[in-house]
Amino acid sequence: MKEFGGSAFFIDRDDINTDEIIPAKYLTEITKRALQPHLLEDLFLDGKEFDTEAEEFQQASVLVTRSNFGCGSSREHAVWALEVNDINVVIGESFARIFRQNMFNCGILAVELSKADIDQLFSLTGDGAIKIGIELDRDTVVAENDKGERVECSFSMNPFDKELVAAGGWLAYADQKY
Amino acid sequence: MGQTIAEKIFAAHLRDTPTPENMVLDIDVIMCHEITTPIAIMDLVDKGMDRVIDQSLIKAVIDHVTPAKDSKTATQAKIMRDWAKRHKIKDFFDVGRNGVCHALFPEKGFIRPGNTVIMGDSHTCTHGAFGAFAAGVGTTDLEVGILKGVCAFRKPQSMKVEVLGSLPTGVYAKDVILKIIKQLTVNGATDMVMEFCGPVVEQMNMSARMTLCNMSVEAGATSGLCLPDKVTAEYLWPFIQDEYASLEEATEDFSKWHSDPDAEYAETLTIDVSDLRPQVTYNYKPDKVKDIDELVGEKIDQVYIGSCTNGRIEDIRIAASILRGRTVADSVRGILTPATPAIYSQALDEGLIKIFMDAGFCVLNPTCGACLGMSSGVLAEGESCASTTNRNFNGRMGKGGMVHLMSPLSAAAAAVTGEITDPAQFIN
Repeated sequence: MKEFGGSAFFIDRDDINTDEIIPAKYLTEITKRALQPHLLEDLFLDGKEFDTEAEEFQQASVLVTRSNFGCGSSREHAVWALEVNDINVVIGESFARIFRQNMFNCGILAVELSKADIDQLFSLTGDGAIKIGIELDRDTVVAENDKGERVECSFSMNPFDKELVAAGGWLAYADQKY
Repeated sequence: MGQTIAEKIFAAHLRDTPTPENMVLDIDVIMCHEITTPIAIMDLVDKGMDRVIDQSLIKAVIDHVTPAKDSKTATQAKIMRDWAKRHKIKDFFDVGRNGVCHALFPEKGFIRPGNTVIMGDSHTCTHGAFGAFAAGVGTTDLEVGILKGVCAFRKPQSMKVEVLGSLPTGVYAKDVILKIIKQLTVNGATDMVMEFCGPVVEQMNMSARMTLCNMSVEAGATSGLCLPDKVTAEYLWPFIQDEYASLEEATEDFSKWHSDPDAEYAETLTIDVSDLRPQVTYNYKPDKVKDIDELVGEKIDQVYIGSCTNGRIEDIRIAASILRGRTVADSVRGILTPATPAIYSQALDEGLIKIFMDAGFCVLNPTCGACLGMSSGVLAEGESCASTTNRNFNGRMGKGGMVHLMSPLSAAAAAVTGEITDPAQFIN
């Protein structure tokens, strides 16, 4: 199975909606690649515009956030915008249903952890990079910062969603089965 | 143990149970628009799988940006148009016959009680007003629906939302659903089917029920739905009169979908609306809702009346009741977009369009347009819009713009004064 994980980027906010992940004005694009420069372009954090040029963000392959990530519009463009930026895991307290399903339908991961576990992951942040790996065989998130501080959290993932990931997404799964 | 309406619909459409918690359903209606469908079509073509399970299940429309505003939107429309032609999709609605999907498709009688409905659009939950399970999905779900006629969902959990009392004058379904979202918050109903019931819902017409169900996704719900009854049967009568001997017989048949008295609900919410004030959003989330009294005086630059939430004839009549003989404030740009050609035509026949134009409104063709900031009324930075739409996210109607969601009556009052205004002062 595909490997999931890498450099993590942390966004400390609840309810990030899909209009923020990819603004509607880019929904007229008909290739996924065209979305690449616009991921989270309209996000505001603490009243300030999010810096999409930040190096840690550019290098990220894992996003860690808070609750109800991906709410609002059903646009799968939100997931594709992550994918074409090589982000294949989002870790949060909870997700909006459609966004969560879109992630698994594309064969990538929306990992739900408790608030306490998310707090623990955030506690690793400071200076320097944080690496996060997802061990799907033992339902575990392993995070480590530059200082060697390490956090392990276990998650539970819907078994069907896991099967979608193993199949490489819902289209491949459904084409074989139905 | 009894079943909820959602459980009954799931049981009647069950194709597969890959795990005890997941159900793959046969889908009755697969709706498509030009924003989320073209990438599915192109992917199917690329993979050599350009097929449609059954063209009669597909209902397709160009509605988000129409007529096309630029080359990109023209291309999206063309991909839809060519696909519909290639697969002989009969129910395809192009310029001149097109309107906002969630207003157009019910009007055509496409949605029936007990149906399963998907679309690559989060407001697909609107169709739950007919006692259907209707869910917004992403492009991959849509693609599989087009190809295989199925969609996967988790086992449904239902939230019973009982609306008690009676609606005061000047207070509408929009105010009720905003109040409910305020109470539940934006993820209070995640993974749930909201089942709206109680005397207030029973007395609502289909238009109001659609408004109610339309915004259930703003509380995170998979779908919202109402129990199909005589009101549903009357609305659908032109389309079902060959199937039933009488309205009573249709109503009786629809009642088979009603939740059993001993059905189990994951949650219950009871709300008495007898003293409900008009509701208005502030800030950037649809659960940020206040009684209008707390926001009176907030300056408004644009008023937008339309969308799948509140762009139907009943909504236009309600707004016109205030605009009749009055004019829009000098500082306000008023925009009306009737949600479908039939609604537009009806509004013309009733003299409502003239009322709007005499008041100084710009009347647009049916389109989703400015609701999601794609065209036809995008806000500039720092501007505010009193809007009958469904989302007030930061940047939704244009970067740096503020959207105050409200009923058509409250929006019309704001148009006249140029600020958020209690509509009571305009009602006799």
